[in-house]
Amino acid sequence: MGEIFVVAEHRKGEVREVTYQMLWKANDLCQKLSHTLTLVLIGSKDEPFLDALKERADKVVAVEGLQDFNGDLYKEILFRLIQEHKPLLTLIAHTPWGMDFAPSLSVKLGFPIVTDCVDVVVDNGKPKAVRQIYSGKLFSRVTFRDAPGYLVTIRSGAFPAEKAGDHKGEVVRAPLPADLPQAGKQFVAFEDAAAGEVDITQAELLVSIGRGVGEADKVPIVKELADKMKGVLSCSRPVVDKNWLPKFHQVGTSGKSVKPKVYLAFGISGAFQHVAGITGAGCVIAVNKDKKAPIFRVADYGVVEDLFKIVDALKGKLA
Amino acid sequence: MEIIVCVKRVPMTQEVDLEINPQRSDVRKDMLAYVINEWDNYAIEEAIRLKEKLGGTVTAMTIGNEDDEEVLRRCLAMGADKAFRIDPGNLVMDPFVTSKVLAQFIKSQPHDLVFTGVQRDDLNEGAVGAMLAEHLALPHAEVVRKVELEGNEATIRVELEGGTDEVSKIQLPALLSIQTGINEPRYVSIMGIRKAAKKELNVAGVDTLGVAAADLEPRTTVEEIFLPPETEGAQFIEGDPATVADEILRILKEKGVSL
Repeated sequence: MGEIFVVAEHRKGEVREVTYQMLWKANDLCQKLSHTLTLVLIGSKDEPFLDALKERADKVVAVEGLQDFNGDLYKEILFRLIQEHKPLLTLIAHTPWGMDFAPSLSVKLGFPIVTDCVDVVVDNGKPKAVRQIYSGKLFSRVTFRDAPGYLVTIRSGAFPAEKAGDHKGEVVRAPLPADLPQAGKQFVAFEDAAAGEVDITQAELLVSIGRGVGEADKVPIVKELADKMKGVLSCSRPVVDKNWLPKFHQVGTSGKSVKPKVYLAFGISGAFQHVAGITGAGCVIAVNKDKKAPIFRVADYGVVEDLFKIVDALKGKLA
Repeated sequence: MEIIVCVKRVPMTQEVDLEINPQRSDVRKDMLAYVINEWDNYAIEEAIRLKEKLGGTVTAMTIGNEDDEEVLRRCLAMGADKAFRIDPGNLVMDPFVTSKVLAQFIKSQPHDLVFTGVQRDDLNEGAVGAMLAEHLALPHAEVVRKVELEGNEATIRVELEGGTDEVSKIQLPALLSIQTGINEPRYVSIMGIRKAAKKELNVAGVDTLGVAAADLEPRTTVEEIFLPPETEGAQFIEGDPATVADEILRILKEKGVSL
């Protein structure tokens, strides 16, 4: 009976939600393969969420003594644990932190990796990974070359969160190995973005713009509509990247999660990082020229049209 | 400061209908327009800014065919000093093979910094940078949205979720995967590209680099490309803009939004 590893991601004393999602998928795979689930938790001594995790895995290997996340040390510790336990599959979060150590870990181990997976399936006892490509317009199923073990990184939100179950996860504690190499980078501090003049997380109505707005000069046209509707202007990432709006307007993984009654999306294609931020919206209305835009897969209502025609028509009705 | 930037030319897939090829291994590329990968555009800009401040050279490199030289010319026009293209011939590549080929070339070149984009826009793997760092035994950071150099050390900001940044220090030489929004990439004119035609652009076949045969074997293979599973999806509102506007206002009222 083999093992499946999940690497816990946690920050500032809290487990990141993606960890529970990986546990859900790993439990599902363990059932199909008759494997056992081992959660690897690298962190401080007695992390407060250890109890919550052991209810969701057969075993927790807690490597204690690392205060701050460090990708280089994670790589080294996981390299040793994987060589010792020989798990068939290791699940790591496809997050800035997971992306830091998973690909280099795969090189160091000589194991194949598939990144940013939205599913893992089993075929003849061997895993295959499912990914989204071309901004979610298509999926691909990817096979691994035969190897002693395989790695995948898992997209946040790909699976439901694993609920506390009847696992009585045995906790195996290990100190940080004494002979870890010097890390290539040193953590200094976390810094949170400054609060802005509007709080998009509290708005009833968000009028949101994406790349489709085209240029900075066009932003005020939509801002005017937002004001007329007593809504708040928000946006997707490209708008902030291009400096058309300040960061506090940004909805999505690297911005804010929002929960308006209505989210009115103009010219937003619907990258998954953006969609992850609007799951709490009561209703999503999307206006986009591209009828295949992924936003229409999650929107309640869709309009395939030039956004400015709709903006103008709405303004006319509200005059 | 010697900076090598890995760039890639990618198809534009927004507002186009994609067609799966007969082998179901990829989309049909013949009708698609190509651009420089967005992340790489920020990476080359960041490299050029550092060079303008500190001196040195910026080398843009890509793995690709002759058509892909377009992005190298663009990098040269932005201010890169030289460019290098590795022709892959018929080589089948996954992120592992790509990173091995890049590493083989970079090893032979002086480098204080190696930049990649965080990911490629078409396949969004986000794996090549960290793999490359491992082959080159370089310290590295992913999703970097600010770089400040002081002597042989860089202070970097890594973008985490929800507006939080992680500030770290890293020793040079190092590899950084650059996030969009780190700067405002400069405009490139046709004139600029013409002027840059005189700059050095070298080409080598992948077979001339001396990459070990085992490193040219992909570790992962796309078995099949397929359409996303059907979802309920949006209910489409049809009609002229005035009709659509009325319907949107009706929905807003129904959902309890006070206008």
